[in-house]
Amino acid sequence: MSSPRTVLLKVFRYGPDDAAPRYDQFRVPAGPRTTVLDALLAIRRRQDPSLTVRHSCLHGSCGTCGMRVNGREVLACVTRLDGLGDPVVVEPLAGAAVAGDLVVDMEHVYRRLEPVGRPLVRASERAGKNDTKADPGPLLEDLERFEDCIECGLCLSACPVAGDPRFLGPAALAAAERVLEEPRGTDGRAVLGLVDDAHGAWRCHLAFECSAVCPAGVDPGGAIMRLRRRVLADRLPRLVGRYHQEVPS
Amino acid sequence: MMRAGLRRGDGRRLVPRWLDPHGRHLGTWAFVANRLTGLGLVVYLYLHLVILSTLLRGPEAWDGLVELFRRPVFLAFDVLLIVGLAFHGFNGLRVALVGSGLLVDRRKGLLVAAGILVGLVTLVAAVRIVG
Repeated sequence: MSSPRTVLLKVFRYGPDDAAPRYDQFRVPAGPRTTVLDALLAIRRRQDPSLTVRHSCLHGSCGTCGMRVNGREVLACVTRLDGLGDPVVVEPLAGAAVAGDLVVDMEHVYRRLEPVGRPLVRASERAGKNDTKADPGPLLEDLERFEDCIECGLCLSACPVAGDPRFLGPAALAAAERVLEEPRGTDGRAVLGLVDDAHGAWRCHLAFECSAVCPAGVDPGGAIMRLRRRVLADRLPRLVGRYHQEVPS
Repeated sequence: MMRAGLRRGDGRRLVPRWLDPHGRHLGTWAFVANRLTGLGLVVYLYLHLVILSTLLRGPEAWDGLVELFRRPVFLAFDVLLIVGLAFHGFNGLRVALVGSGLLVDRRKGLLVAAGILVGLVTLVAAVRIVG
């Protein structure tokens, strides 16, 4: 019987007590369905129990195992080793404080999301056809549901300009666009004011990496562009109106 | 706590985060190219002004410089300058359109069109400069 294929993993290591980060190398057995997270957990079990990895659901819906594999942001639990080459470089998300090895502090994601208000729509809030009390509004199926966002922070790591902590970032801007699309009592004017800023929607440089790496198909880049169109539609008539007031013909 | 990024084995960052192209898509390459050509054009502008100041030293100094710039290596730099100018200009138009929320779904097609225009402009310019 032939021995199973193995893959070399170069894993980023850094802890609060370390003077500098380093890359440790581990060789792990890899079958056709072995995921990066499987390999990391196997390392913890059999080679180095001190390796810090965060995970929860194991099927790509909780967003806790976000990391960079060969320089690209992925959810480790749904990313197979097969096809990634040898060696595979595993690093924590970029632009975030590393708490330990592959785990980053997610505070920078939540801090950015907080001001725009996260539009969470529960099934119980859906207005049915027979519901005469509530205005059903547009059908949810017709809207791009930002509640698909799993707050994994992959978009922030991939964005080339999100290193600036003042930038609201793709996830928060996409959330803002979703709030404006379906306000549900939120003050749209305040949200529009928040995003119409040099560090808001206008800070985006159109790399669209956020949309490329989003594991939930939210398309934050597209949402930011819709947000800009909305801001321009709001701003231009006011600018033209002011011009006519100041320069009477 | 420390911040992660593209680092060497000893942990030192190799390039700024915005210039880290590892595993990135076409959009990031266009962004990086736009920024680099922009920075290059700013450097060229100042260089150009410094070169023009040679005129203050009389026609002989200026003619000598013109003679120097007719050498093949400087003509190649001229072509490179045209590439930078054309890319920054055409991609700038694309960024202005898409960045205003227009033709967002056709951004890749627009980038390809900008690339074709850059190629055509460069070809014509190269023939005129070198020929």
